[in-house]
Amino acid sequence: MTSASSDARAALAARARMSPRRRAELSRRIQYGILIVLGLVIVVTTQWDRVAEVFLNPESIKAILPAIPRAALNTVMYTLGAFAVGLTLGTALALMKLSSIRVWRALATGYIEFFRGIPALLVVFAYGYAIPTAFEIRFSSVLLQISLALGMVSAAYIAETVRAGLQAVPKGQVEAARSLGMSSGATMRRIVIPQAFRMVLPPLTNEIVLLLKDTSLVFGLGLATTDYELTKVGRTALSSAGGGLTSILVIGIAYLLITIPLSALTRHLERTTGSKGHV
Amino acid sequence: MSAVVRITDLHKSFGEREVLKGIDLEVAEGEVVCVIGPSGSGKSTLLRCVNLLEQPTGGTVEVLGTEVTDPDVDIDAVRTHVGMVFQQFNLFPHRNVLDNCTLAQRQVLRRPREEAEQVARRNLTQVGLADRETSMPGQLSGGQQQRVAIARALSMDPALMLFDEPTSALDPELVGDVLAVMRDLADAGMTMLVVTHEMAFAREVADRVVFMDDGVIVEQGSPDTVIGAPTEERTKTFLARVLDPTHHHDA
Repeated sequence: MTSASSDARAALAARARMSPRRRAELSRRIQYGILIVLGLVIVVTTQWDRVAEVFLNPESIKAILPAIPRAALNTVMYTLGAFAVGLTLGTALALMKLSSIRVWRALATGYIEFFRGIPALLVVFAYGYAIPTAFEIRFSSVLLQISLALGMVSAAYIAETVRAGLQAVPKGQVEAARSLGMSSGATMRRIVIPQAFRMVLPPLTNEIVLLLKDTSLVFGLGLATTDYELTKVGRTALSSAGGGLTSILVIGIAYLLITIPLSALTRHLERTTGSKGHV
Repeated sequence: MSAVVRITDLHKSFGEREVLKGIDLEVAEGEVVCVIGPSGSGKSTLLRCVNLLEQPTGGTVEVLGTEVTDPDVDIDAVRTHVGMVFQQFNLFPHRNVLDNCTLAQRQVLRRPREEAEQVARRNLTQVGLADRETSMPGQLSGGQQQRVAIARALSMDPALMLFDEPTSALDPELVGDVLAVMRDLADAGMTMLVVTHEMAFAREVADRVVFMDDGVIVEQGSPDTVIGAPTEERTKTFLARVLDPTHHHDA
């Protein structure tokens, strides 16, 4: 027998301590124990009647519910409007960034850096107050105003996503199309862009979720009650008599009812577009 | 009969590296020319210079009487008459087989849908895939994809077909179907410039074999001469390696 194998035997025999499996089991029990203790502490020390009064006040719920459908619809409309602006402008910016003309590239880079670097709320304020004054524009519809404000911010993010998608289309696709005599424009429209959008569908869906939450920023604008979106409704109820935090909870649930299915859709798209190896 | 392709003193560099060092080559109408040679010898680059997928650094390339190296050439118009088949097939994965074959016909040649589909179906039948026109490329085997790629190129009614190692990405048992389609095409009189490692195909189908190494044409002639009885040392070494890979030879 070699000395290496007898050394190994001796070393293994000397390890008489707790086995790795037993140690993992003990660790798991300790963690469950800590969680149970924490839970008990919270249950015992919280004054549940007061919490219920603040967060689950039936009067408040009754007061806010009628405003919810209209506000939810507005939220969705603002989101879709902003996404339409963002997708159009973002795609144009992505194409500009890939242009062979330096000035286009510089303009796109400047735009993207600017709007990614400032808070979206500033842009909303600008559209709400500064731009109408400076350019003597009166927006005929709040939807247009908000779609432009949030869409312009969103375009900066969408541009980078779309650009990544366009660049991820294999070079061979362009070569095949050009070899068939297709112009660079036709190749872009018929071959590259359709494939790029299939690839960026999941991140774009995610962008809609982000946009939907960003529509809350319009609470800073002076709006007619019929134009209120969810957060504005919640904000108004919060300061009204007897509204309180219950209305915030209701608003939060309303958002989740929209965002959770959207997130599920994103995950579904990520799975399906990924698994098929779809380019 | 004037040449379909006339290449004169062609040079191509990628940065500092010169890949083509002065190539002169003509391909006559109806001729099948196979280009062989070790990887890195510049044979694919030569092929890609013919339809200007690579821009030559020097020399001239004339295709069907048009100088494609002229900066003012309408290259899209020239490419319409030059079919190209790639090693990686490059089918459009978001379009089905029939659409792959009709897209450029309709977009570029402005053929009406019915005519484009008729032409596509004729070519799909020729490559033995008439029954797969509604399949997506991802549902086909490599050999089937490559045959669709050939049908797609043929649907433009090209006067010249370029093949860039069309069987190199295929599983060995699928190579035969693709080569059979190419052989039929050659028999039908198509002018073909083929970069290949398939020595048996070159030997049987080619009218002329061109051996390239290190950016120059080392030797060319009939297949029996170049592959059967090469005179240049570099050709002999290459062929010995390709035809008998496990045997050791002194270079």
